[in-house]
Amino acid sequence: MARLNILTLPDERLQQESLPVEHFDDKLQVFIADLEETRQAGPAAVGIAAPQVGRLQRLVIVDVSSRPNTPNHGFLVLINPEITHWEGFELGREGCLSVPDYTGNVIRAERIQLHAQDPWGQSLRFEMQGYEARAVQHEVDHLDGLLFVDRVVSRRTDLFRRKVYRKGKPG
Amino acid sequence: MAQWHMLTLVGTDRPGIVAEVTAALYQAGNNLGEASMIRLGGSFTIMLMIQGGSPGSLQTALAPIAASMNLNIHVDPVAGGLHQHQAPNVQVRVFGADRAGIVAQVTGALAATGFNILELTSDVAGSAGKPVYILHIEGLTTHPVETLQAAIDGLGLRNLRVDVSPIETLIG
Repeated sequence: MARLNILTLPDERLQQESLPVEHFDDKLQVFIADLEETRQAGPAAVGIAAPQVGRLQRLVIVDVSSRPNTPNHGFLVLINPEITHWEGFELGREGCLSVPDYTGNVIRAERIQLHAQDPWGQSLRFEMQGYEARAVQHEVDHLDGLLFVDRVVSRRTDLFRRKVYRKGKPG
Repeated sequence: MAQWHMLTLVGTDRPGIVAEVTAALYQAGNNLGEASMIRLGGSFTIMLMIQGGSPGSLQTALAPIAASMNLNIHVDPVAGGLHQHQAPNVQVRVFGADRAGIVAQVTGALAATGFNILELTSDVAGSAGKPVYILHIEGLTTHPVETLQAAIDGLGLRNLRVDVSPIETLIG
């Protein structure tokens, strides 16, 4: 196991699109263990995405189980995740291991459906809500080269929820 | 490291204030830090961290723009610097029919618990005949939100909606 170096802004690799994982081999298992060790070593992150350590592959880890009173599916390794359904919208504050010393408000879907593969390539399907859904949307954004700072909304307008959840790159 | 200064600026709102002020500071060789700039009641206001120079040299650099755009400008040296953010863990939202004393009472109750305000924005919505005061506070507390809510509810404020809720920052 090894702790990996986390890329931080303005590293351009954070803004690149990651490629699908094709080989579910032993090397992948080692990388997953290293990525999880890296997540645990940082400041209380509930998720981490492979591109955050410079590996441009579609793989994220999410685990919100340590947060009290939060519906969750436990420790999740999501490979080639794809969100297939978005519902509702909710404002919440986010930060990122790759964006030190900054937090901001971001609109995310309240409920999502997704499919993904597990570390051995088996198909997974989830319905998620709330905090866990937010964490997955944050991490999947990394795979598309998006950071939460791409989605931050004005603090001044926090009181007034906006109805648009925009997928993909802004602008 | 060069000294940081805080620029305070107020003037009647019009296009170009930010561009003119920041261009003059850039040409004078200064670096900018964190800022809050917002239109309040027809005035444009700026609080801006500037690195380098002295209060006198910054005033001099901005004097022509202050004169031509009729801006009030004040510069002080400040002890702070960058990378001192604190993430708020509680937000307080208050709204109701406008009357004098809302801010003093609400923030007084919060201060008595040791609550530290990191950001406060307020607006008067509605109409001149029926003004509605809207207050949004974000800050840091060591108490549960119920304690803060009880402290404000204890004021017995009538016709005022007060909501204290946690802000949890998701780190991913």
